[in-house]
Amino acid sequence: MNDYLNHVARQFSSIAPNTDFWTLRLTNQTRESISVRQGVMQPVYNQLARGALLTVVSGDGCGYAATSDLSTGGLKKAVRKASDWALQSSDLGLLKAGDFPRPENKARYETPVRQHWDELPLNEKVTLLQDANKALKINDSIVDWQAYLGYRCDDVLFVSSSGAHIEQRFHYINPGLVAVANKGSLTQYRTGGGSQSARQGGLEQLSLLDFPQTATPLAEEAVALLSADECPQGTMDIVLAPSQMILQIHESIGHPLELDRILGDERNYAGTSFVTQDMFGRYRYGSELLNVTFDPGRTEQLASYAYDDEGTPAQREYIIRNGILERPLGGASSQARTGMPGVANARQSDWFRPPIDRMANLNVEPGDTRVEDMISSVESGVYMETNRSWSIDDSRNKFQFGCELGRVIENGELKGMVRNPNYRGISATFWRSLVAVGNENSFQVKGVTNCGKGEPNQSIYVGHASPTCHFSDVDVFGGAA
Amino acid sequence: MQDYFYSLGDALFKKLEANEQLLLYFSGEDSDFVRLNHNKVRQAGNVAQRTLSLDLIEGKRHAEASVDLAGDNEQDLNQLVEMLKILRQQRVLLPEDPYLNYSTDINHSEYHHDNEVINSHEAVEQVTQAAAGMDLAGIFANGTQYSGFANSLGQRNWHSSANFNFDWSCYHAKDKAVKSSYAGFDWQQEKLTKKIQTINHQLAMISRPSKTIDPGRYRAYLAPSAVNEIINLVSWGGFGLKSHRTKSTPLIQMLEQGRTLSSSISLSENHARGLAPKFTSDGFIKPDRVQLINRGIYQDCLASSRSAMEYDSVTNAESEYPGALDLAAGDLPGENILDELDTGLYINNLWYLNFSDRNACQLTGMTRFACFWVENGEIQAPVDVMRFDDSVYDLLGTSLLGLTEDRELILDAGTYGQRSNRSIELPGILVKALRLTL
Repeated sequence: MNDYLNHVARQFSSIAPNTDFWTLRLTNQTRESISVRQGVMQPVYNQLARGALLTVVSGDGCGYAATSDLSTGGLKKAVRKASDWALQSSDLGLLKAGDFPRPENKARYETPVRQHWDELPLNEKVTLLQDANKALKINDSIVDWQAYLGYRCDDVLFVSSSGAHIEQRFHYINPGLVAVANKGSLTQYRTGGGSQSARQGGLEQLSLLDFPQTATPLAEEAVALLSADECPQGTMDIVLAPSQMILQIHESIGHPLELDRILGDERNYAGTSFVTQDMFGRYRYGSELLNVTFDPGRTEQLASYAYDDEGTPAQREYIIRNGILERPLGGASSQARTGMPGVANARQSDWFRPPIDRMANLNVEPGDTRVEDMISSVESGVYMETNRSWSIDDSRNKFQFGCELGRVIENGELKGMVRNPNYRGISATFWRSLVAVGNENSFQVKGVTNCGKGEPNQSIYVGHASPTCHFSDVDVFGGAA
Repeated sequence: MQDYFYSLGDALFKKLEANEQLLLYFSGEDSDFVRLNHNKVRQAGNVAQRTLSLDLIEGKRHAEASVDLAGDNEQDLNQLVEMLKILRQQRVLLPEDPYLNYSTDINHSEYHHDNEVINSHEAVEQVTQAAAGMDLAGIFANGTQYSGFANSLGQRNWHSSANFNFDWSCYHAKDKAVKSSYAGFDWQQEKLTKKIQTINHQLAMISRPSKTIDPGRYRAYLAPSAVNEIINLVSWGGFGLKSHRTKSTPLIQMLEQGRTLSSSISLSENHARGLAPKFTSDGFIKPDRVQLINRGIYQDCLASSRSAMEYDSVTNAESEYPGALDLAAGDLPGENILDELDTGLYINNLWYLNFSDRNACQLTGMTRFACFWVENGEIQAPVDVMRFDDSVYDLLGTSLLGLTEDRELILDAGTYGQRSNRSIELPGILVKALRLTL
């Protein structure tokens, strides 16, 4: 796929360290971002990120070296540095030599693309964004408005001393629309058109993400929120659209089930987990309606891949089935540390960071309830969409989330719009209040482009897909104003 | 590294066509990162990273790029010349940019803090020995960070700093832990040992049976690291010129309603601290200080070059997110803070803050690490984590009883993309009521 990376890998084979085990992950990443704000084209931004992460295992020691110098001389320096750290950490290492997987696979994978980014010339992309931007400015209440479009292509080549040679190419598309409305000291905003929904694929994804056709409706909602009532307060039912469900899944299922958190690696930064190893296989995480999968095979989803960054083949697995916790989100190294089953989710955010356990694609599977039936079953509650605020404790238990837009539900009918909808709860019990799961018609593929974790820090793409869901007896409230 | 960057820049400037200007911003680091868990090495390695940002300009049209570099002039020049061709092709397809703004004055500067850093292996050995028997988790980062600017008008700027940042916590059990950090330029084993001894003392208090607090309002002392979390969140749009002009600032009630904070609150961006470069990626030189809030009243904004042009102001920052804040001290004696608190919560750390109502600057977040219940000036018990939900106009306004006379300089341990050079110096605060909700 990428001749240059293969050339570097061949060069490396002549200087590869004579050690117990090594892996080399080469990355060539290109990005292009364009945006129009308030009718003004912002500077076009291009990025070329290219580098190598070499990992060396020697005895019970392991070290890595990351370098953007891919010449033979640069790679030799990396070998010295990684080997040095492997030697120095052999007495202090937390992992044993046998904990590191020894992949042997040879494989290729590429995101399916129907309309490549380059098929639309830059000036036509600019016109598309200018038109979308214009459609956002519906009246003087809109005080800021922006349309953006980004593309990223990652070429990744993973080779190892155990014979692995895995080439993968990922194409990402990231559109979005923002409308900010203001009246005095009250500001409300709406986002959409692909915001929180970046995907793999090409420009064919734009229409599937309602880009740019949703621009004017978003702006109208932002303006309407200025005169909407505050979200009511009290214990009531909530119906969460997929645009909020993705954060609910991310924070209160995804992070607490990451095996490296459970093992304590993240305690100083991202935190620990209320979940312990003995809970898998028996713990009731949610109601019987809750089915959660790790699904790397949904090709348009943000974190789909054939192999993770330790060279482990990725496949779909149930994480929670009928409400019962089945397996953690742990890659091969974490599985070896614990003797537990896991998934292929050892991932690195950039060429200069080592792989750690991440979420990848984590989805709530569709149920069988039509959204209309879900709404009609609610006597008193609030429908909420599009996350705008998220906070959760370091054990991933006590959470509080806020959304851009709410609608009151009374006696089975959707009523007026409300602003500042917030709710809070506790992960360990919240999912047990899941009383209905939307069917395939409400299922949407979305994602998060800024999942932060790790020391040193790593911000990575993760995918989430979900239907609309109904929860009972939740603590709901509005803003302070 | 400085010579490499300048010579690469000189070579690139020779490739420019007539009427073109080129702005270059270099950032890089040679850093060791050692991640620790259970007082053992979880991951250890080295990162050698160099990135060049380019802004190729002709009149009011321009296009930008960033390129990772090998560190070899010939190899890098070929790659960058190819990128210049791409930028030229893009530029002709773009409209003029009315907010393009770069310095045309020539202001050279150099800052070197290139002292010899501690050997990372040695430092990690000292850590694991000093913490023997303790359950320590954290990150040790050590090395040299580089930033440089050059433009085709002839300006040259350089900033390099060799430093370390060790950020860690020691656990008693589950989520009961004590957090600490040690960062600077001159590693001293005695300082590390003293900090770990202090942690041992606090762990003894953490090991007491914990107390669960009911939701409600509590008198509280927030240590500097907890106050830092509040300031960090308010900084998310709070002080930028663009967010003010687009009514997106969480401090909108200060703008539109004339709301104020306590007259004890004075907050400024202290560029003169010198931990981050004084020059911007457009060649502007930052002023020594920008007063954001003066005695509780909003004063100035941070203005990037682009916002400065859009809103007819003066560039005074690289980005509109602060990176060198100063919160003025008060007059509470730090050594008597438990007596001042009397009965209430002693909060060392807050965590994962976000807005529950941005217009009202209403925040929510969690307590974390070593937080204690205090009665009659004596620590009674560690408290289980609690969620708070409160307004900055209360915490730094009507509820504020005072700030400590001692301040702490916190060097950001963040490493997203690269090691952070952000910092803040601030006191602790005593408030008469902190609202806990869950």
